[in-house]
Parts: sequence; structure tokens; C-alpha cells
Amino acid sequence: MKKSLITPVAAAASLALLAGCTGGDDGSSSSEGGGGDATTISYGLWDSNQLPAYQQCAADFSAANPQYTVDIEQIGWDDYWSKITTGFVSGENYDVFTSHVAYYPEFQKNNQVLPLDEYIAADGVDLSVYQDGLVDLWQSPDGVQYGLPKDFDTIALFYNEQMAEAAGLSAEDMAGLTWNPDDGGTYEQAIAHLTIDANGVRGDEPGFDKDNVDTYGLWMEGAGGADGQTQWSFLTASLGWTQTDGAWAEEYHFDDPRFAETIDWWYSLVEKGYMPSYAAQEGISWADQLIAGKAAIVPNGSWMTGYVFGSASDTFTPAVAETPVGPDGSSWSMLNGLADNISATTDNPDAAWAWVKYLGSADCQDVVADAAVVFPAIKTSTDKAVAAFEANGVGVSAFTDHVDAGTTVLFPITDFKSDVNAIMAPAMEAIMSGSTGTDSLVAANESVNALFN
Amino acid sequence: MATMPLSAAPRRTKPTRPRRGQAVPALLFLLPAILGFGVFFAWPVVRGVYLSFTDYNLLSAPSWVGLENYQAIASDPVFWNSMVVTLQYVVINITVQTIAALGLAVLLHRFTRSMVIRGVVMLPYLIANVVVALVWYWLADYNLGLINSVLDAIGLDRVGFFGDANIAMTTIALVNVWRHLGYTTLLIFAGLQAIPKDVYEAASVDGAGEWRTFRSITLPLLRPVLAFVLVVTVVGSFQIFDTIAVTTQGGPVDATNAITYYIYDRAFTRFDFGYASALSVVLMTILAVIALVQMRVLRADQSDLER
Repeated sequence: MKKSLITPVAAAASLALLAGCTGGDDGSSSSEGGGGDATTISYGLWDSNQLPAYQQCAADFSAANPQYTVDIEQIGWDDYWSKITTGFVSGENYDVFTSHVAYYPEFQKNNQVLPLDEYIAADGVDLSVYQDGLVDLWQSPDGVQYGLPKDFDTIALFYNEQMAEAAGLSAEDMAGLTWNPDDGGTYEQAIAHLTIDANGVRGDEPGFDKDNVDTYGLWMEGAGGADGQTQWSFLTASLGWTQTDGAWAEEYHFDDPRFAETIDWWYSLVEKGYMPSYAAQEGISWADQLIAGKAAIVPNGSWMTGYVFGSASDTFTPAVAETPVGPDGSSWSMLNGLADNISATTDNPDAAWAWVKYLGSADCQDVVADAAVVFPAIKTSTDKAVAAFEANGVGVSAFTDHVDAGTTVLFPITDFKSDVNAIMAPAMEAIMSGSTGTDSLVAANESVNALFN
Repeated sequence: MATMPLSAAPRRTKPTRPRRGQAVPALLFLLPAILGFGVFFAWPVVRGVYLSFTDYNLLSAPSWVGLENYQAIASDPVFWNSMVVTLQYVVINITVQTIAALGLAVLLHRFTRSMVIRGVVMLPYLIANVVVALVWYWLADYNLGLINSVLDAIGLDRVGFFGDANIAMTTIALVNVWRHLGYTTLLIFAGLQAIPKDVYEAASVDGAGEWRTFRSITLPLLRPVLAFVLVVTVVGSFQIFDTIAVTTQGGPVDATNAITYYIYDRAFTRFDFGYASALSVVLMTILAVIALVQMRVLRADQSDLER
């Protein structure tokens, strides 16, 4: 509770004010680094886990190109995007920054990031070295390239191997689960069997007390909003449904019966006591619930591998399995990827491009691969990362097989992304709280599509 | 502030007129405050009011749209919902907090001289809002939280304190009562100390008990201080933000989407700064009216001691 009457106005407006005051000097100033007049390139990223690898890349880059030095700043996700946005306004932005498809369309629409096509053509950069689909994520609707892919992420099932073994489920069983929206297939059977109530009765046994569950077979990490990236996108993909018909589409399909029946099935797990209710899942994060033994299976992204596998204990043996095989005979995953954007505010676009090109090259992505934190975007570097993960005793093929098999759907990228989320987040929460049914999705979809008119 | 009404006794001497030579030094001393007020309050308000009549996404220049934002607000269900949940928060927060603080202050005033106890009462206020919010968020976790473990152990049902749409705003209101209770208590306590001892002695001579003393002496004489406390806490309460931002983020289903959080969401998540500025102007107007009405109704500038 702040005591000032006008704080909200002040907060909003003082930004604009500051913007007017700080035009002068700029992120990329010349500095005397190592004798000559080296140009400093400022670079922003949000993931502290990846900082050491990129510091190594920056050092290698400067060693090979003494005319450049790179100044890396890492800021946590929560503040990162405010910093980037206000940076555009003030003209003080990083020359180059790690970008996300949920944000860059807005920047691109307002001409705040530089197109790369001319640089790519001039330097003959080969875009086929990247995993399929990643290059497309960073193209505007009119086909202009704004980023070179740096890494990608997919979805798989994290689970507690001790619980699976106690339930008689082998690693092979877990990797070969099937799913359909009618009875949930062996996926639901496994979830039911892994659910244990306070009296030690399993979810599929007589006398199971669904109001007194000690370990949920499946965890709900929120309702998934418009993307359902880690919640339901891998299920709907196996029914042939995606939010939109490709990148930059101007119509969403949340009114499709296939989406409704998937969510109906998903919510039925709450009613059966196999998954926490919306009220019960709010609080401590899914990963810690899994580690603490409150959940047996949680679908989530490859970026969480390090955290989950680093938390092994007497009661928690981390393991990962592919998402269940759907009615179309395949296991699916949503695919998302990051890239580096060049700010329009940079004074040295050529220097910024040199750094972006290096970040997008195998030289840097192999360094990132060795850190075994994320999967680099270049195919050969991906393989190196898989080997690095395996050297640490972490099998990650459940994540990477999708890019080899082509069983991925792209993270939905459209205009009005944050407005779409603002409509879909409460709509999905209402359904998963049980306060409305999936028939409400038709009206929600109309509101979403009205944004594009 | 608490003792201000008491000092309004008839003045014996006229205030001396400032001498000519003092104006410049006075201005110099005032300059930092004036500068701060101008740069961080006055100008942003002017600029914010201007932006409220524009379509502005921060990245390109604002374009004038007249009253469009205000018309959109009038028919925006999320805005009306945010007003309802904000009011819900304010009512619960202020009622519980004021009553509890009044009780606590009277207890402190009447029954203890211990600095340790007075200090302990203030402790929660010294902890950062975000820390308080996160600690309660974890304590109240449905599966792993201490509170639910205790409820479970004594045979009660677990409660989704932050995740149940019917309970979440109450939980947040009570968390903030916990944090602000000490501060409010201190303000009221200061007011209590300004009440002359002889009034209590007279009451005691007349044979008034604790309850009668509280009703007929403490409460009426405390009115100016209570009015001040209410104005400050109600205005502050309307601006609930940080607890929501680090816990529910407006959910579930907008149940905790209070007006300031909605403003933040519009501005910094959806880059709709024009609309967010208009929302801010609406909030500022509401708060100004509330403060004025409160001052009038509670006659904050008059004390019963003077009559």
C-alpha cells in the first residue's frame, strides 16, 4: 500500500518524462578496451543459467575480432521486458538482446528492431543449418527475417522414477503411453495409478478418497492461457488442432470441438482427483511440488531439465519421458525458440550484426551446447548438447526426438499476442476452476478474433 | 500530524511577517522539495492526463483520440470487475485493520509500558511487502504450506487461500492487514498519548469502567487521529498492487485483478499506455473524492477537546 495519491499516473508518465531527458548518450559508445578503439556492443539476456556460456562466447568473439568488445547484462525475466521496452523509448537499449516470440512482434511492428535480410545475403549466412521451423519463428508476416535462431525448447513429461517403479511402471511403459480425449488411454491409466490418497489407496483402486489426495498423478501448472505450451498443446496437436493456421494468422480456433474435448478430458482429471484443482495448484511451483512428492508426472519444457535433474533426493529420482502418443499415432510437442534481435537504437548496426552472426554460428552454439543448459538451434550443436546432457547422466531424447521426427507445432505467433492472452487466461482459469464449461470457449474465441477486425 | 489539532489553541502572538532578506534563503531550502514535487508528481500528472486522451503504445508517438479511452472504460467489464474486487479488498482490509489496530493501540496504551512489546508490534511493517507476500503465499500453499498442514492435522478441510476465486482477495486483504497492523496501531497509539491524563482520572473518579471509558472518552477524543488514519489507509488500500503482483497476478479469473494491477497490466504487459493513463485518472479522481468526503464527514480538522 503506497501512500501517494498519484503513484500510478506518476509511474506511467514519468517513464515518458525520462524518455525526454535522456536522449544524449547511447549504449554503444566507444571505449578503450585493449589498446585500440574497440567498439563495445551491449548485450542483454534474462537466463542466469546461460550467462557463463555467453560470457565465453563474448570472450571468444573479442579474441577473434579485437575491434569489438561485448558487454553482457543479465536481468531476470520479470524485469527484462520492461527494461527492453523503456530502453527503446529512452534510446538507451542494448545493441543486441535475447528475444522471445511473445514480445518481438510488437517491437517489429513499431520498427524497433532491425531487419537482417541484407546482412544475411551479404554474408551468405546458411539458414538451413538450424532446426526446421526455427527460422520461420523470426520472420515477420511479410517474410523479413529479424533474428537468427539461438536455441529451442520442446515439451516432455518429467516424472518421479521411484513413484513409477512403485506403481509397476517401467521407463519403457512411461515412454510409450497413449492418449485419446475419450478415456484418456494408458496415459490416464498411469496417472490414475500414480495418484495416491492419504490412506495409501491408489486412484484406480476401490475406496480411493479423491478429496484427500497425497500425491497427484498429474500436476496442473495453471490453466495454460492462450498457448497451453506446457499444459495441453501436445495433446491438442495429436488431434490435428493448433491455435492458428500457421504464424501470423489472423484467426484463432479456440471454438473448435477438438480443443473443447481435450480441455474437457483435462478438467475431468480434477473431478476424478487425479490432478489438483485450480485452487489447489496455486502456490509453490510445479517443480517443487514434483520434487516434494506431491505430483508424480508434470509435463514441462526442456529449459527446466537442469533444475529438475539437479534436485534429485532420497525420495525423488528425476526422469523424463516423451509426451503420450495421440490418436494420430504420434507423440507431439510445442516448439519454441529464442533468437537475438538488434535494437533500432544501436549506433553500430554493423558491429551488432557481427555479434548476432557469431551468436548464431556453430562456434558460439557449440560453447552453449557444452554447458548443457539449453538446446542450441544449429542441428550439429543440438547433437553436442544432447551428448553433454548425457555425459551428466541426463537422457534428453524425449525432448530432441521431436525435432528429428518433425512432430512439433510452433508456438503460436500472431499480432495482439498480449491482448489474446488477456482474454484467454481468465477464460481458461474459469474452465479449470469449474466455474464455467468449455462451451464458454466459443464466446472467448469471438472476443479474440474481434481483435483482428 | 496526530497532535496538530491539539495545537490549534488561540494564538497569543501574531506570526511575524517574513523579513525581506529571508525570501531567497527560504526559496533555496524549498527548492529540492519543489523540484522533486514538480518532476515526480506535478509534471507526471499533467502528462498522464494528456496521455489519457491519446492512443499511446510507448514505442510510437501518442495520437489524440479525445474521450475514446474514457468511453471504452465505461463499457469495459474488466474495469468494472476491478472496481468491485478493489472495493472488496478495501472494505475487508480497512475494517479488519482499523478495528484490530484500535484494539491493539488501546491495549498498548492502557496496559503496557514495555518498549519490547511496542517494538514487536511494529515488526511486520519493517519487512518488505514482497517478502511478506511471498512468505504467506508459501505458508498458505494448498499441498505443502504450513497453514494447510495444520488445518489438515486438526481435521479441517484444506483451503485454496490464493487459488480459490471466492477466497483469494480476502486472503490478500488479510495478509496486508498483518503487515500494516503495526503501523496503523502506532499512529493510533500516538493519538492516544495526546489525550490528556486528567480526562481519564476524572472518568475513573466518576466510576467509569474500562469499556465506558473507551466509548465515552477514548473514541471521541481520538476522532481526528482516526480520521487521519482512515484517509491515509483507505487511499493506500485502493492502491493494492505488490501483493497481487507477486502472488496471484490478478487471477483466478480476475478475482484479484485490482484497479492498480489492471492499470499495470494495460500499460506494461499490453503497452496500452493511453488507456492505462485514463484508468489512472479515473482512480485519481475517485481517491480525491473519497479523501475529501472522509475529511468532511469525520471533521478531521476539529477536536472534541476544544469544545
